[in-house]
Amino acid sequence: MSKLPFLPAHVLSGMVRKGEISFSDITSEVIARLEAQDKSINAYISRRLEAAREEAKALDESLARGEDLPPLAGIPLAVKDNICTQGFLTTCASKILYNFVPPYNATVVEKIKKEKMIIIGKTNMDEFAMGSSTENSYFGTTRNPWDYQRVPGGSSGGSTAAVAAGESIVALGSDTGGSIRQPASFCSVTGLKPTYGRVSRYGLVAFASSLDQIGPIARDVKDAYLLLKVIGGYDRCDSTSLPLPLPEEQLNGKVRGKILGLPKEYFSEGIDPKVKEIVEKAIKIWQEMGCIVKEITLPHTKYSVATYYIVAPCEASSNLARYDGVQYGFRNPEYTITGQNPVIDMMEETRDNGFGSEVKRRIMLGTFTLSHGYFEAYYLKAQKVRTLIKEDFEKAFQSCDFIVTPVSPTPPFKIGEKISDPLKMYLSDIFTIPVNLAGLPALSIPGGFTEQNLPVGVQIIGKPLDEYGILNLGFAFQEATDFHKRSPHGN
Amino acid sequence: MKNNILNEKDIEKVGKLSRLKLTREEKELYLKQLSGILEFMEQLKELDTDDVLPTFYPVTIKSVWRKDCVTDSLSQEEALDNAPAKERGYFKVPRIIE
Repeated sequence: MSKLPFLPAHVLSGMVRKGEISFSDITSEVIARLEAQDKSINAYISRRLEAAREEAKALDESLARGEDLPPLAGIPLAVKDNICTQGFLTTCASKILYNFVPPYNATVVEKIKKEKMIIIGKTNMDEFAMGSSTENSYFGTTRNPWDYQRVPGGSSGGSTAAVAAGESIVALGSDTGGSIRQPASFCSVTGLKPTYGRVSRYGLVAFASSLDQIGPIARDVKDAYLLLKVIGGYDRCDSTSLPLPLPEEQLNGKVRGKILGLPKEYFSEGIDPKVKEIVEKAIKIWQEMGCIVKEITLPHTKYSVATYYIVAPCEASSNLARYDGVQYGFRNPEYTITGQNPVIDMMEETRDNGFGSEVKRRIMLGTFTLSHGYFEAYYLKAQKVRTLIKEDFEKAFQSCDFIVTPVSPTPPFKIGEKISDPLKMYLSDIFTIPVNLAGLPALSIPGGFTEQNLPVGVQIIGKPLDEYGILNLGFAFQEATDFHKRSPHGN
Repeated sequence: MKNNILNEKDIEKVGKLSRLKLTREEKELYLKQLSGILEFMEQLKELDTDDVLPTFYPVTIKSVWRKDCVTDSLSQEEALDNAPAKERGYFKVPRIIE
């Protein structure tokens, strides 16, 4: 089996420039992996393999003509299926968008095209990014490449599984409550949730607009940084994108003297002992490099799940009001006339039939908590607690540079283990949710493996806009370890 | 766990507001699940937030003016391309008036 699909983009680019391999070699090897195993893994919803091969060939010809190509040109990329691709199916893993072909590209897709990266296909996810296991997909569950009986995490489970399995080199995901970091941890890849506003959300199908953020998924920190620089920056089509320059400094691994805050609330009850052990080992590695470790407190952590599961469904219930069977997507072929307006009958049956159960649960939860008489007790209350959660971080960052925590309280769980108990599933997001509520950047890097060879990630949370800082701390770790180089096939 | 936060009528109403035609089984399931979730949310009441301002967006953004100029937009044809039913340049919905 070829090693190419398991090498990072920055290495592959170098090999192409030295003439050791061609762009076509990379794309063909990635497609070969996909064809060999994606029937079992189900990372992709739709694929564009022939177009990818042709693009790779054209780039080889450009290179032969001596043309200058951008750093990530010719690198295979998988795109989460909630990011709009013009003329190419974008389903959000939902029946209600099963046939939706966007008439425009998301801004990140325009940027990817300008960089001349090669889109291999659109990846599976929890429907509308609602879930932590990729089990809530209209197109079936994605399996974890490290253990097919287990979930890849979610909601960007297709993107992280694709990278882990060598079915892509890098990928785009979206993170509303941990949807890049938790599956990155479960699949042993590197995932970055940028500061809110770093990356344009234009063309990202909206779930919870004050929390959603697109970010890179990669084999290592260096690739994640390269991809962030491609997709980030201000966009006039997203008024919440930040008019600030992206970091440009090179990663150097110089972390001596940096202060790592360890929130005691993240290392207490409910955490799997093996996860704790792996995160503590990672902290030791940073200490050996001269980092200083300090216990901190984020006292409102325990309220974050309740806060998030009010705020996110409220925003979702209004964002998903647009799916009505009129403008695009699925329409129920038949409907029962109940005596009310037949258009409403059509909409109600279309929505009940077109949405999966987790999406309906969240729409109803949001609708209820926003409804007359409950708004203050739930929505407003949650937004106030959100302020307290945000202030916890502000206070903590007065005395440390980074916050280091587990990504998920457990290693990857079994398919079916939590799907029938929504609250149990929600609680598995406890360590990733606070970051979204506060709008901070955070990174998930491979931290090690359990005795059963299940991946466990480590999370680094940074101050607003300090993507460079958290990536550099992750880079230092990856210079000292090889967890990120391991693949499910033992390459 | 006491399930008294929601009753059947509430679920009917929320279903209606959400434009979801719920089946009987769905109503039963969601009544139970949503009550459990809302019960869990009760913990927020422990916190005194009288003097706390809400955070609607994690970053503070000022509204800015931009020039009001005409740019390219989707053509009518492109906008209608994904419609489940269309006729003469319009979205088509079930007949309302006989």
